[in-house]
Amino acid sequence: MRNRSRPPLSPEAAALLSLSRRTLMRGALATGALAVSGGALAACGTKGAQQTESSCVSEDSSGSEKTLTVSNWPQYIDVDDKDESKRPTLVAFEQKTGINVSYTEDINDNNEFFGKVQNQLTECQPTDRDVIVLTDWMTARMIRLGWLQKLDAAKMPNFQKNLLPSLKGRPFDKNNEYAVPWQSGLAGLAYNGNVTKEIKTVDELLTRPDLKGKVTALTEMRDTMGLILQSNGHNPSDFTKAQFDDAINKLQKAVDAGQIRRFTGNDYAPDLAKGDIAACIGWSGDIIQLGLEDPKVKFVAPESGAMLYSDNSSVPNKAAHKGNAEAFLDYYYDPAVAAELAAYVNYICPVVGAKEEMAKTEPELAANPLIFPDDALLAKTKVFKALTEAEEREYESAFQRVIGA
Amino acid sequence: MTLLTGVGPRPVDAKGGGAERRDRRRALPYLLLLPGAAWLFLFFVVPTIQLGATSLYDPSGSVTAGYAMTWEFSNYPDAIEYAWPQIVRSFGYAAIATVIGIVIGYPLAYAIAQKAGRWKNVLLVCVVAPMFTSFLVRTLAWKTILSDNGWLVGFLRDIGLLGDDGRLLATPAAVILGLTYNFLPFLVLPLYASLERLDYRLLEAAGDLYASPTRTFVKVTLPLSMPGLVAGTLLFFIPAVGDYINAALLGNTNTNMVGNVVNSAFLSRQEPPQGAALSFLLMAIILVIVFTYVRRSGTDEVV
Repeated sequence: MRNRSRPPLSPEAAALLSLSRRTLMRGALATGALAVSGGALAACGTKGAQQTESSCVSEDSSGSEKTLTVSNWPQYIDVDDKDESKRPTLVAFEQKTGINVSYTEDINDNNEFFGKVQNQLTECQPTDRDVIVLTDWMTARMIRLGWLQKLDAAKMPNFQKNLLPSLKGRPFDKNNEYAVPWQSGLAGLAYNGNVTKEIKTVDELLTRPDLKGKVTALTEMRDTMGLILQSNGHNPSDFTKAQFDDAINKLQKAVDAGQIRRFTGNDYAPDLAKGDIAACIGWSGDIIQLGLEDPKVKFVAPESGAMLYSDNSSVPNKAAHKGNAEAFLDYYYDPAVAAELAAYVNYICPVVGAKEEMAKTEPELAANPLIFPDDALLAKTKVFKALTEAEEREYESAFQRVIGA
Repeated sequence: MTLLTGVGPRPVDAKGGGAERRDRRRALPYLLLLPGAAWLFLFFVVPTIQLGATSLYDPSGSVTAGYAMTWEFSNYPDAIEYAWPQIVRSFGYAAIATVIGIVIGYPLAYAIAQKAGRWKNVLLVCVVAPMFTSFLVRTLAWKTILSDNGWLVGFLRDIGLLGDDGRLLATPAAVILGLTYNFLPFLVLPLYASLERLDYRLLEAAGDLYASPTRTFVKVTLPLSMPGLVAGTLLFFIPAVGDYINAALLGNTNTNMVGNVVNSAFLSRQEPPQGAALSFLLMAIILVIVFTYVRRSGTDEVV
């Protein structure tokens, strides 16, 4: 082989490929040296991220600075029909209080955002944000890490009075001190009436033969497992390891039987609309949107109970405008303001009294049980238990095994 | 250096300051290298060291308590034990996709380079244009094409290739197809570059010497296009092995690749040492494969 002459290499290919034995050796040596020195640098590992109220004290300069920086998810606030850059409820707040709000839509993913602020909050440094909005489990993790400031209930009378009772004393925030629900939603079942008949229970979803291979569940462990726990008659807010294992086995059986086609994030919605999947575990907000286009796509809160999740506003450590943040959050618990917001975003409104306010302007939306669920539905919903870090890893690992990663 | 002296301004003053000028000129290439070197250092060397260190942390640590560096080399065998099916699958899928990619891409690149005439640029744009849209969107678009109720599945059912309730979505076939589609341009472009330089007179000469078309291809065209083929397959295979989007969107629980496990280790299971160990393993295996492959495919300037 080696004696035969070779076609000349193109310059690009030569550049890509022409590592001689010597440069390779040199490269290996250099890499080795770097790795050793780098290893020495990294040998100390990482610092613990835990903070406490005394280890990280924040100061509030709301008195002198009338500003507030809010980070939220995209399309999570009302905008003017004519001018999308105007946010009517926000403008009204600024006029009312004189607080200048810088509102950015820079949260797209809980984990991603966690990565963004992790270093600052670990070191007890400011994130330059006064209000951040994160989903229950991530808010719970931040509370656990001691990364959030305690809010002053006395400064938030609307919140005290109008928070939806089902959201009071949630497992990760027993005294409602850290997390103020921005919007809520349900995780439950959904089906496409064009391809299958109605589905009422989680067991049907996991075993009904005509649905085989046409079912998806969520990669969000708490939502999928919460529903299965309830279908077993167990309480997702308070369950044992053995009960969790029962639920995992039930899910594993459905996966092994080929009943469940896939585990998904938001991407189940187009599949459900097309009828590629007949039924699934999904979120109420998505299904409302699909239902507007095709009324045969329906959301079902299973008889055994649905999961109630929220995206929560919190004030991170070292945020310098806690007072302004409290004023801001309380303002959105004014029923009239909440109704205006809910009319735009179509999630479950966590504010009591907003329904009556909305009935005045948009009675059709006010009657929608997926925006204003009735008491019977709310009584069946549960919030997932607050997990310790060790539990979270244990349960996630078991769940990830089942979903194949 | 020679190039630089060639195009650089001639020394105006030959008597004084010549040495200084030469020094400055000698420093110039290094100055020009500085941005690139800084870039490589910041975005390759530092993260690589960080990742390598993470892969050796004590796995019993946590974000809350911090991770201690205990040089835990057992993270590697543990990671293999956990994820070997996905590792094997990743290389299997990527290899199959690469072969399909060559079967589709070689004739395509050849046609564009040698036969397309004035359509050459249009066809090249057609190869590159899909990359103007996001990777994610293109992958999601396949869900429409492969839909259970779409014409493709309908057709395959009609001709009996798929059972009556057979499907393409959420199958290994869909994942491999997604990989092939998404990385094909990376194979076609280098191949095109080397086939374009192919001197047609060589092929005529082979014909004059009574070589059959097959023989001409094997003896002339293929060896001359080898650099492009090698570069193309590498650019195709390497990202395909590490991809996790196709498996996540087009696959099922039994088609996850090693990228999905890395993702789950870092984000869901919160076991960064395992995720880092898997990433390093992946890099190591790819390096070994690449060097073996390059050596075997004849460009033996390597190693």
